[in-house]
Amino acid sequence: MVMVSSSNFLDLDLDKQKKIKLGLDLQGGSYLLLELDNEPVIKKKLQSKLLEIKSYFIKNKIKISSLKLDDKLIKLKVSKDDIKRIEEIFNDKDSTLNPYYFQFKSHQLDVKIKGDVFVLELSKYGIIQIKNASLDQAIEIVRKRVDEVGTNEPNILKRGNDRILLELPGLDNPDRIKSLLGKTADLAFRLEARTSNESFGTEKLKLLETGEEILLSKRVIMSGDNLVDASPRMDTLNNETVVSFTLDRVGSKRFAQATKRNIGTRLAIVLDGQIISAPVIRDVIAGGSGQISGGFTFQSATDLALLLRSGALPAPLNIIEERTVGPDLGQDSINAGILSLIIGFLLVIGFMTLKYRIFGIIANFTLIINLILLISILTLLEATLTLPGIAGIILTVGMAVDANVLIFERIKEETSKEKNNLIAFDNGYSKSKITILDANITTIIAAIILFIFGSGPVKGFSITLCVGILTTLFSVFFIARLLTSIYVKINKHKEIIIK
Amino acid sequence: MKKDYKFNQYYKSLNVFSIALILLSLVFLIFKGLNYGVDFKGGTLIEIRVETEKPDIEVLRSSFNKLNLGKISIKNFGSDNDFVVKFKRDELNDPEFIENLQRNLQQELSQDFSFRRVENVGPKVSSELLKAGVTAICLSLMAMLIYIWIRFEWQFSVGAIAALFHDVIITLGIFSALSLEINLSIVAAVLTIVGYSMNDTVVIYDRVRENLKKYSDIKIFDLTNLSINETLSRTIITSSTTLLALVSIFLFGGEILKGFSLAMILGVILGTYSSIFIANPLLVFFKVSQKTVLKKDS
Repeated sequence: MVMVSSSNFLDLDLDKQKKIKLGLDLQGGSYLLLELDNEPVIKKKLQSKLLEIKSYFIKNKIKISSLKLDDKLIKLKVSKDDIKRIEEIFNDKDSTLNPYYFQFKSHQLDVKIKGDVFVLELSKYGIIQIKNASLDQAIEIVRKRVDEVGTNEPNILKRGNDRILLELPGLDNPDRIKSLLGKTADLAFRLEARTSNESFGTEKLKLLETGEEILLSKRVIMSGDNLVDASPRMDTLNNETVVSFTLDRVGSKRFAQATKRNIGTRLAIVLDGQIISAPVIRDVIAGGSGQISGGFTFQSATDLALLLRSGALPAPLNIIEERTVGPDLGQDSINAGILSLIIGFLLVIGFMTLKYRIFGIIANFTLIINLILLISILTLLEATLTLPGIAGIILTVGMAVDANVLIFERIKEETSKEKNNLIAFDNGYSKSKITILDANITTIIAAIILFIFGSGPVKGFSITLCVGILTTLFSVFFIARLLTSIYVKINKHKEIIIK
Repeated sequence: MKKDYKFNQYYKSLNVFSIALILLSLVFLIFKGLNYGVDFKGGTLIEIRVETEKPDIEVLRSSFNKLNLGKISIKNFGSDNDFVVKFKRDELNDPEFIENLQRNLQQELSQDFSFRRVENVGPKVSSELLKAGVTAICLSLMAMLIYIWIRFEWQFSVGAIAALFHDVIITLGIFSALSLEINLSIVAAVLTIVGYSMNDTVVIYDRVRENLKKYSDIKIFDLTNLSINETLSRTIITSSTTLLALVSIFLFGGEILKGFSLAMILGVILGTYSSIFIANPLLVFFKVSQKTVLKKDS
């Protein structure tokens, strides 16, 4: 058993591919927790559902009246004879109108019937589906934006169904990433409205640079989805930085049509509810490319181009937690952690040698093997080492001797009763086994609970504590036992005294 | 070398002492409360290093006060040059906040400085972290109760859990009395204390149970004393090595681990004390006898 483990260990040591990962608190970096504000997504979804229902009933020639969205409820009135039939339509498991999720055993919409009024509400799972879809989309966009900035090995994880955890190792100033992630980048090209009662509706928006208010039609000629590329460029004609863009086929066609019909009108470029610029259309733009000007600096043009390339977030992202550690504090923490590990280790080793002499040395040797095993397993698991994690290792050093001490003390008692050393040693090991297991299981329980509920660096502590206990048990019952048995066999006939 | 200290003579007086400490701790916890850090209260924490020799905290304080951050707290953090500044801020979305703060501070404070660490925790996250922390501690206590219930008789479970509550309440009471900061790592410390204290109690209880089966003529009052003495060297050695390791973290592990290691040091001392002077007297109180342990085996 010992042979197997030692050869395993050599393998581990040779395997240079795997390295212990340092947590952000040790190597420096930024940790951001982002939350997706899904309200607008849910509203949009309900609105499109409303249209879907409307066209479905028109297509199937079923008369319904007063179909409307009331807060988050879709309400519709039907004639009394149709109630049964419509109820069946909504409860049909194969329908696309109210999709049925077999894995959750639930429809997208919960249906309630009050007299001749149907009230439809998004079900719990319907909402989860929407949130998951928009979170997946948001993660894609976040990844694109972070990659564009070119940080080193970012870690992007889904948390729950509306959160994204972003770890950016080595980044000590997350301001640029934060400002890039803070923008939805919802781009729309819209025309200036001539009157305030156009069929699509109108709204007044502000021009970012001057604050001028322009009345715009709500109709979107083309959105950011139609962009295939965007990049910052120096416009030599006006000597200013602009963002040039290329459109896909659909986009180019629409753009050409709209510019052709509206020569002389202003075309507003709206980003996240603000007008960046609103030039007057002078000619048909047919080539499928164009440029946006708006008093950009080179940096802001670069950022805008980046945002346009990566696409729009489905909903705004809010930063709800941020932790940034500078690289020199990280290095200081590593140094302090290692120093206290070495000193703690030496103190424990010294104490054990003074207390138990030869058996102390056995315990110490076991402790060293234990530490090597602990670090190898952490490496093998590719666990993240954090500052509390180092504290966990030091604590393991302090607590690991407990098992050896329990055994030695037991052997001491047994030798006073039993003349045969071999039997006394054997009894010592077997009688203390249960106690040692009992005692360590309690610590493991605490560590596992900490792992489940802990976050960030504290999780690292629970991992080292857990692994530390397992390696302690292994090294005590295999390595220390082997060493003591060798020692006892050699000194079979002498009196062995454990101090 | 057989040890025979009369621990049981002090059961009564030390129990009164412990009850007094628990009551005092509860008074502190209820009336003064805990000093939550940004993890649990939300807000912003900035660790700042000022690169001048012996920087004056008052100068730093007045510079920060001019920045309109509301109520701020500044404390020295470890070395003379390091400070921790804390203030409340609910809006975390302003990406230029830290940059602006740095620039404005540069104007106010004519000294070189750098931000070594910035933590922003929104109100939603902090309340979730607090909830998770409290849940974790309660769950671990419950898990211990269940574990010890399976392994021992109910009298033992009550004794062990009483010892646990004793340790956790007094540790938190001391943190409240000294206004020490409660953050995520303190929760980790409390959980580890729960594990450690249980570990210590279990070792003595195992011996008590063994002795109960062995000697039918020794009364529980003396039997607990015998068991404590028999396991005493182990108790002392394990607490000593654990404390040595913790003291090393406390002294050399850096400022960030100070609170954690202090809580653990308190917990180990209390845990060792309680497994002798709380867990055992309760067995006496419940009049545990040989019958108690034999019943379960048959």
